Amino acid sequence: MKKLILILSVFILLISFNIQETKAAEDNEELLKTDWSFKSFFGTYDRASLQRGYQIYTEVCASCHSMKYLSYRNLYEKGGPEFSEEQAKAIASNFEVEDGPNNDGEMFTRPGKLSDKFVQPYANEQEAKALNGGAYPPDMSVLIKARKGGANYIYSVLLGYEEPPSGVILDDGVYYNKFMYGKKIKMPQPLSDDLVEYSDGTKATSEQMAKDVVTFMMWAAEPHLEQRHKTGFRVIIYLIILTILVYFSMKKIWSRIETKV
Amino acid sequence: MSDHEYHPKSRLGKWFNDRLPLLTLANHLSDYPTPKNLNYWWTFGGILTFCLITQIVTGVILGMHYVAHADLAFDSVEHIMRDVNYGWLIRYVHANGASMFFLAVYIHIFRALYYGSYKSPREMIWILGMIIYFLMMMAAFMGYVLPWGQMSFWGATVITNLFSAIPFVGESITNWLWGGYAVDNPTLTRFFSLHYLIPFLILGLVVLHIWALHIPGNNNPIGIDIKKPSKDTVPFHPYIVIKDMFALLIFLIIFAFFVFYAPNILGHSDNYIEANPLVTPAHIVPEWYLLPFYAILRSVPDKLFGVIAMFLSIFVLVILPWLDTSKVRSALFRPLYKQFYWFLIADVLILGYMGAMPAEGIYLLIARVATIYYFAHFLIILPILGKKEKTLDVPLNLTEPVLGGSQNTSMAKEVSTFKRN
Repeated sequence: MKKLILILSVFILLISFNIQETKAAEDNEELLKTDWSFKSFFGTYDRASLQRGYQIYTEVCASCHSMKYLSYRNLYEKGGPEFSEEQAKAIASNFEVEDGPNNDGEMFTRPGKLSDKFVQPYANEQEAKALNGGAYPPDMSVLIKARKGGANYIYSVLLGYEEPPSGVILDDGVYYNKFMYGKKIKMPQPLSDDLVEYSDGTKATSEQMAKDVVTFMMWAAEPHLEQRHKTGFRVIIYLIILTILVYFSMKKIWSRIETKV
Repeated sequence: MSDHEYHPKSRLGKWFNDRLPLLTLANHLSDYPTPKNLNYWWTFGGILTFCLITQIVTGVILGMHYVAHADLAFDSVEHIMRDVNYGWLIRYVHANGASMFFLAVYIHIFRALYYGSYKSPREMIWILGMIIYFLMMMAAFMGYVLPWGQMSFWGATVITNLFSAIPFVGESITNWLWGGYAVDNPTLTRFFSLHYLIPFLILGLVVLHIWALHIPGNNNPIGIDIKKPSKDTVPFHPYIVIKDMFALLIFLIIFAFFVFYAPNILGHSDNYIEANPLVTPAHIVPEWYLLPFYAILRSVPDKLFGVIAMFLSIFVLVILPWLDTSKVRSALFRPLYKQFYWFLIADVLILGYMGAMPAEGIYLLIARVATIYYFAHFLIILPILGKKEKTLDVPLNLTEPVLGGSQNTSMAKEVSTFKRN
């Protein structure tokens, strides 16, 4: 057993080593934090927050940011915002989707269906850049996982807009954001209090909106997180029970000879 | 090897076994006499076999859904994560499995270093192990390229560019590796092909590794030759099987923790950004298990010599059985070697840390000192130590340290000091 504890401690050492590594490489600005519902072992998504987050995404972000890996069907699937199927159908049909070619060889547009991917704001990267002062608004489907600091980082950037300190001169179309790499960002401040009106009566403060949209983005990046947490708990409980059983079998078997295990 | 002939009981068994002696093999594996004082550091062989099989099984399934094309690879990985049934589980097991595989292999290697398992007559086991380790690094590197994220692309660019350091033919070789003039689709497809091939080469080598092991039999914490079978050994089944299983389960709990609760902590966030040849990441870092070698590579100012140093750092391990001149295997009876062993561990950890840091200023200086020490350990300290060190007395058989029902290694030391008095 002593040896086992040694193995475990070596392992923990390795992990802390790795975490420190990532920490050290981060920017020195301390990220803002909030009480995410999806953290911790039993973390799940706050449905209402996901639905509000979707509202922020369509009303605020979607004019520039695509979410190309999401389909409208995901909106009613389990573990997500869980709109009803009818609601998701209604949402999808609000969008015009290009389809085709039809039998005459023509492309045509039709209302969106559940199986369609989220409609993208720009035809291609070049158009996106041309319309955004040369900056490409990144696709938001996996953005949370693509940034160090994850959810906290995006949350911080959304709330990190400030007047530039004296001496910092910004070009036109460049904004000061203390959490951004290089502290400069080309996205204008996206959120301000009461920018949208929540249908569930939640007060639309900047913090609330940032939290909701980041929750939505987290789900977009990890749509199976709830299932993962749930399965993981069962797997680990199962493994622990099996380990205990095997431990006692081992004791029993080794008791036939005088050596201890 | 067990000495007695195996005779199947049934006539069918005998008929079959005369034509293909699989039953004899199974009997050999189950009866295989194993030193009874093996500690938990010896369970990593079984754990590694499990890791290899897990990687192959999950990898084959991923290969059914993955598309090896520069324009589609990243999308296909997201497809696996979202739409394939339990695709997220299979991919996270595979990705974290690589890290767990290396964690286990490092423990396995450092166990061999501590207990002198590489020494005569086990040199072939050790060399085969080093070849496996080298192939593992190749497989892991190529596997990391497949998702075609930013770190995939730029990692591939940095590593393949190393070959351009070879004089005269370097550039041609690099272009040949790429299948073009930059890392691009041909590079990705050949990496996929090789990533699929290498694990099966490893599997074959693992068979040889175990075969070579079964000739002299296991080393043990005391590091002495023991008679097999004897009172000092137990049959592999059920004694070692159940113990390996227990250790494997503990390992699996840790593994599961990563897969289910921190699946991305060991990866780099930049790899969730699709590869873009026009944007270079701020820091290009390999996966954690390759960091010590990366530090060695960067600590040499000249590119060619850096590459040579990196390959030499593995090569010194291959020839280790002849560098370590001590006749005593286990570090338990080598007080000085034991000190240097822990220095080496610290040195490798420092190298790993420096590999993750930018190669400048104090980091570079520390990395250089650590690199020099790494080579000094194998090329200077070990050969001299083997000749000069005053080793403790080694017991003649296991029953001495095992007496009193304890395989505790402190007992072994007590016994040996007792004998000296």
